[in-house]
Amino acid sequence: MTRLTAGVGAVGAGFAVVPFVSSMLPSARALAAGSPTTVDFSKLESGQMITVGWRGKPIWIVYRTKEMLDRLWKIHDFLLDPESSRTSQQPDYAKNEYRSRGKRYSVLVGICTHLGCVPLSKFTPGVNSGVQSDWPGGYYCPCHGSKYDLAGRVFKNVPAPSNLLVPPHYFVNETTVIIGLNSKEEVAG
Amino acid sequence: MSGLLDWFDARFPLRKVAHEHALSYYSPKNFNAWYYFGSLAILVLFMQIVTGIFLTMHYKPDSQLAFASVEYIMRDVPWGWLIRYLHSTGASLMFVIIYLHMFRSLMYGSFHRPRELLWIIGSIIFVALMAEAFMGYLLPWGNMSYWGAQVIISLFTAIPYVGDALAQWIRGDFVIGDATLNRFFAFHVVLVPMLLLLLVFLHMVALHKVGSNNPEGIEIKLHRDENGIPLDGIPFHPYYTVKDLVGVVLFTFVYLGIVFFVPDMGGWFLEPDNFQVANTFHTPPDIKPLWYFTPFYSILRAVTYPLFGVAAKFWGVLSMGMSIGMIFLLPWLDRSPVRSILYKSPIFTWALGIFVVTFIMLGYLGGKNPSHTDLLFFTNVVWSQIGYFLYFGFFLLMPVYSKLGIVKTVGTRVQSK
Ligand code: HEM
Ligand code: FES
Repeated sequence: MTRLTAGVGAVGAGFAVVPFVSSMLPSARALAAGSPTTVDFSKLESGQMITVGWRGKPIWIVYRTKEMLDRLWKIHDFLLDPESSRTSQQPDYAKNEYRSRGKRYSVLVGICTHLGCVPLSKFTPGVNSGVQSDWPGGYYCPCHGSKYDLAGRVFKNVPAPSNLLVPPHYFVNETTVIIGLNSKEEVAG
Repeated sequence: MSGLLDWFDARFPLRKVAHEHALSYYSPKNFNAWYYFGSLAILVLFMQIVTGIFLTMHYKPDSQLAFASVEYIMRDVPWGWLIRYLHSTGASLMFVIIYLHMFRSLMYGSFHRPRELLWIIGSIIFVALMAEAFMGYLLPWGNMSYWGAQVIISLFTAIPYVGDALAQWIRGDFVIGDATLNRFFAFHVVLVPMLLLLLVFLHMVALHKVGSNNPEGIEIKLHRDENGIPLDGIPFHPYYTVKDLVGVVLFTFVYLGIVFFVPDMGGWFLEPDNFQVANTFHTPPDIKPLWYFTPFYSILRAVTYPLFGVAAKFWGVLSMGMSIGMIFLLPWLDRSPVRSILYKSPIFTWALGIFVVTFIMLGYLGGKNPSHTDLLFFTNVVWSQIGYFLYFGFFLLMPVYSKLGIVKTVGTRVQSK
């Protein structure tokens, strides 16, 4: 009888914990703030990037020049996942060597996959980058030294375990992109 | 007067408690300066609670208002700067005190049987203090607050499968935000302080059950006079109440000296990047935790290779957790027949010496860029890898080396007068 009472009590206490634990999950308001955002990048110049916010995270939109894209190819041996085979890191349409829709514009979540710092953009290649002498141009995380190329692909032997995340996005026209949705048809969730 | 006391005693064990825990609580007569730190820790905990309450009267736990409210405390609230500096300096000094307090126990074998539980409770207090300081550090909502919390909460994402969901639950949002600040405030001012008070109480209960150890590691309770009073014991009051007061006075000089003259301690107690409001798009270039976390942070960063197909990040996090876990295991790792370093073999003295140097080195490296070279020959990350092995070696090899070498014979009475 004592055991039964204790058992029922323990189950009851277990249920009582649920609302408290759940109250700490992202609230309805936080979820709503995660809804898609429209970005006009008509002022973005070739070789430059802009940063916008989505779900409180920095999103980079980078206009890559032809030289930048050419350099991507030369560094496969240094990369951990050059083919973007890890599917959780990008939508299917970005599972290519440029990690983007089309070639020119790269859209990335600017959060290091190691412990979440914002990497610095180091677009200048070579010694002048201040990163390393054979630097191909990319992103360098100041926190623990992770390195990514201009497609957000992570280098080997750095703390970060995977490529930068490509958020769901689609281009409405030449100069407008929607971040947070994969296509016009998808409903905001 | 005694009538009043009688009235109380009939309803509450007033005299009994006073006698058992102070007036006729017998402590070893050979305590030295290392025994100041326990009472000082209680003093600082008290100071943190008092200054914390007064900060809470003006502080706003809202991501839009927090930073400005701390500036307001500093500039407009009468004596606000003093209260805040007492609190921020108190936090750092708490760790100075706790580290010395723990080192004392290492030297004198205070975690040996029968004080294992006392040591474990102490270790839990250490973890709770780290949680308290970590969450307090987010509250001013400076840029280092923000990114420090971001990095530490992201540690949880290293856990396979559930990591991401867990981190989101802790933050209450996709990123560190208002929700995170609010809950950290609740934990920092209510939950953890209550836990700390409870734990400190349990620490004292356990201490008074088994009695204090002493620099010679001799069990004074084994040798009593005909009245059952330990021959090497003296009543806590007045001897140690007065002695501890000396410690309080000395400590107060240091404490107030820092508060008045170097409250930021050259960036060690208050980091320059934290005088800027949190910027969600810009990580400070030299992100580092406050000094008291740096030894463990170094261990986290020392792991740079993936193992068994699992990312280095996971092993780094696991190592950091284990480096703290080692402390809990100490009573079972030390197999030496004697407690105190005064009687142990020189091998132990060397091991402890190397450990101290390692710990300080790891602490130094934790505040530096891993790819730079600030020490001799190697880059910082290589040195922290060396430190990693020395740190774990000290603990994990202890069952072996603590049995080696010749120990001195422990007498029955303490030697010092
Ligand atoms: C052992 C106990 C404690 C430790 C180690 C601790 C540590 C800290 C730290 C490191 C900060 C950030 C310091 C700064 O940048 O100014 C802080 C801020 C704060 N703490 Fe605590 N704290 C403790 C207890 C408490 C208690 C008991 C309360 C309230 C009852 C409290 C209330 C606050 C408030 C309101 C702030 C934000 C204001 C500010 O940044 O100056 N703390 N604490
Ligand atoms: S957060 Fe970028 S390397 Fe650790």
